[in-house]
Amino acid sequence: MSIMGTRVIRTEDPRLLTAGGIYVDDLRIPELSGAARLTFVRSPVGHARIVGIDSSAALAEPGVLAVLTAKDMDDLPVPPRSEGEPADVDEENAGEGGQAAGGGVWHEPLLAAGRVRFVGEPVAVVLTEAAYQGEDAADLVNVEYEQLPAVVGPLAAVRDETLLFEAAGTNTFTERHRDSFDDTPFGACEVVIDQDVVNQRVAPMPIEARAAAAAYLSGKLTVWLSSQNAQIARDTICDSLGMTPDRVRVVVPDVGGGFGAKIGIDRDPRIVAWAARKTGRPVRWAETRTENLIAMTHGRAQHQHVKIGGDRDGTIKAYRLDVIQDVGAYPRASFLAGLTRLMASGVYDIPQVQAGYRAVVTSTTPIDAYRGAGRPEATAAIERAVDLFAAAIGMDPVEVRRKNFIAPDKFPYQTKTGATYDSGRYADALDKVLAAADYLGLRAEQRRRRESGEVFQLGIGVSSYVEITAGDAAAGETARLVVDGNGGATVYTGSSPHGQGHQTAWAMLVQDELGIPMDQVTIIHGDTDLIPDAIGTYGSRSLQLGGSAVHKATVEVKDEARRQVAQMLEAAEADVVLDLGTGRWQVRGDPDTALTWAQVAGHTAQGSLTADVKFISERPTFPFGAHVAVVEVDTETGKVRLVRHITADDAGPVLNPVLAEGQRHGGIAQGAAQALFEEILYDADANPLTSTLADYAAISATELPSFELVSSETPTDLNPLGVKGIGEAGTIGATPAVQNAVVDALAHLGIRHIDMPATPERVWAAIQEAK
Amino acid sequence: MRVDLTVNGKDISAEVEDRTLLVHFLREVADLTATNVGCDTTSCGACTVLLDGESVKSCTILAAQASGHEVTTIEGLAPEGAGMHPVQKAFHQEHGLQCGFCTPGMVMAIVSLLKENPDPTEEQVRAGLEGNLCRCTGYHNIVRAALAAARTLAAPEVTR
Repeated sequence: MSIMGTRVIRTEDPRLLTAGGIYVDDLRIPELSGAARLTFVRSPVGHARIVGIDSSAALAEPGVLAVLTAKDMDDLPVPPRSEGEPADVDEENAGEGGQAAGGGVWHEPLLAAGRVRFVGEPVAVVLTEAAYQGEDAADLVNVEYEQLPAVVGPLAAVRDETLLFEAAGTNTFTERHRDSFDDTPFGACEVVIDQDVVNQRVAPMPIEARAAAAAYLSGKLTVWLSSQNAQIARDTICDSLGMTPDRVRVVVPDVGGGFGAKIGIDRDPRIVAWAARKTGRPVRWAETRTENLIAMTHGRAQHQHVKIGGDRDGTIKAYRLDVIQDVGAYPRASFLAGLTRLMASGVYDIPQVQAGYRAVVTSTTPIDAYRGAGRPEATAAIERAVDLFAAAIGMDPVEVRRKNFIAPDKFPYQTKTGATYDSGRYADALDKVLAAADYLGLRAEQRRRRESGEVFQLGIGVSSYVEITAGDAAAGETARLVVDGNGGATVYTGSSPHGQGHQTAWAMLVQDELGIPMDQVTIIHGDTDLIPDAIGTYGSRSLQLGGSAVHKATVEVKDEARRQVAQMLEAAEADVVLDLGTGRWQVRGDPDTALTWAQVAGHTAQGSLTADVKFISERPTFPFGAHVAVVEVDTETGKVRLVRHITADDAGPVLNPVLAEGQRHGGIAQGAAQALFEEILYDADANPLTSTLADYAAISATELPSFELVSSETPTDLNPLGVKGIGEAGTIGATPAVQNAVVDALAHLGIRHIDMPATPERVWAAIQEAK
Repeated sequence: MRVDLTVNGKDISAEVEDRTLLVHFLREVADLTATNVGCDTTSCGACTVLLDGESVKSCTILAAQASGHEVTTIEGLAPEGAGMHPVQKAFHQEHGLQCGFCTPGMVMAIVSLLKENPDPTEEQVRAGLEGNLCRCTGYHNIVRAALAAARTLAAPEVTR
């Protein structure tokens, strides 16, 4: 019987539950013995010229080995210079692995040279014998700053009153597709609604903050890194430090969460790697949570304007999404707004769609991917817009959605913004989730509470979504499978886990195809010496690309084994079969001929069976689903409580429901967190106001209900497993459902929109204003 | 200064800086790295251990304050050779962990919570875990694991 689709509990867990994982800062290996501790000296101001750095007091402290600044970085390659024009990147095709879009006049150095552009920017590093010494000494590095005016928020940035990169002549790094905006189609609509929508800046906040260690020995640099992509990290290190890939090894041990913010390697750990090369001494670094909240990249940060038009019968005829993407102090990832544009029209068949964006620099922490990366922003905008339209014409938001869905017979469906949706049954997903939620019953309860004027009002929020996963499908993923003379299998996967359960999932794929039991399958990942060619994990690509690669390798090994067995048993290949239950080969109908994998592998010249593959998919896949959120709003205090959250998330056939459900749960929580609680804030001078977990309202168990998951499986034909990505569905579907629920709870008061996060203060203010 | 602690049943004496936090003592001196540091404001609970059987955040007390006391980390939760503690088992069965970083603290917090309240409601579990953050699971399966462990611990010994 196939193991696929069954609830297999994780093989990773016993180790994590008893000895704990081995994360970077847990490494106790000879290469790092005697490693110096690295502590960053970070900018305390949002925008300033560095006048001078005096390290003498720090150097006099006990245990201080060195204080290094940009002046010491005389061994780096000169960054490529452009002519001052914004780099012309192809955002739609960049995908999440697309490297930093900056460069030229927007160049981001390693240690700040002459200028700092956000609080938290690395200015110097202190190397000490012990960690506490580093914190003491870093305080004594005297950096003199000449403060400059800061720019906070995208609306201020576009005005170009204060320029952050004078040579660029503007704060707008890139502007795309806004010349397509045309009011004519809206003129033909009976109803048109305009609304500003803020998709606020949030922190990815993996519980393991960033960490790295590095050692430089005999001309080879080894970097241990908490990352989603060892190989991308290696290439970025090579570019930054002027090295060749054969001289750099990146090792990724256990990773304590990534959520997009650990794609490749960012600036700070590259400085760690450089410091090890510079000093010749092993170096280790693990940041504090405060450093993490101010210097790890943030996510979202879009100011959106939506315009939606249609007729009173519920037909949506025109939609416009105009985005200003705050990219923070340096343009690392303008692909985010490109993805938002790509997914602008969501699940709807709208004749006229206009979507464009500007990406602007501000005096704040750089923005990069965060679970969903551009797609939650698109879904939040369109799902809010549809609710605004429904409210304006007095129609149930569910009916408006049904009326405008792309019909199931229209796939593959080409969107107005250039996406090709592979498959989708949007109405089915919505119907399933509404049935599970008892939508009509909820509406009746809402009516009852409204009529009796209760303090706790009920809100029902709906969202229907489609997203893009494996956006860079053509880049593919690698796998090497070795079946050895003991009959065990080893998979070297290019995909890279940080909690998803690859070890369990990949072993299931091997057992299912080869009959080698899961406990005899070893999974190796995250080491560029062992796996030189790979992409890694982002954009919900693991199973559909990395898993398909493992599957492809099992098929190749099986074919090779069949040839061997035919030879060994002097039978025709067509007569040779593998019994998946016992993992034995035999001539059909003759159990006496049975051969084990060990015997077959041992019979080959090299003593093992090996397949080295790359799986490439033609196109990305487009998972979809529908969420219903139910909230209670205390109309006296503005406090919102999420009481139920029901979802149908369709990412094709499910390999292991345990893992897929886990992905959905985590995403829902992060989506609800953005809708209700979390926001990174700065004051007018670009000082962060949310630099600890005492200030940043990270969601806890107390604020959440248990979730209700409905299954839905529509396969894609783009890979042999039929699967799409599930990792980001939660943030994409949940965020607008919860936000819509809050607005819905107060709709009878005439409230039509409340920006995220729907904090008690904001909700209370909206209620007061409506009175 | 000199501190003397019993960690997972073993006596450990060491000379440490006065300001050494218990979590750093556990990780650097006792070489027990399962207990993690996730913040610097006593907010996340990744560093939760048991001090004389009660949960504490080991980033918020000094090694000196723990001197003369017994500390239990997840490495010592189940007696040697006894397999996993019911809370660990429940985390495994219910998929209560993904990346595993918050897990040691989360497990220790639940062990302590169930000692105080052996038969909690879902709401009480959620309230009890307010000081332990997880970014992967959405808490759904952590709560299920806590409730499942409570049932196991309440059942007669033979069924464990």
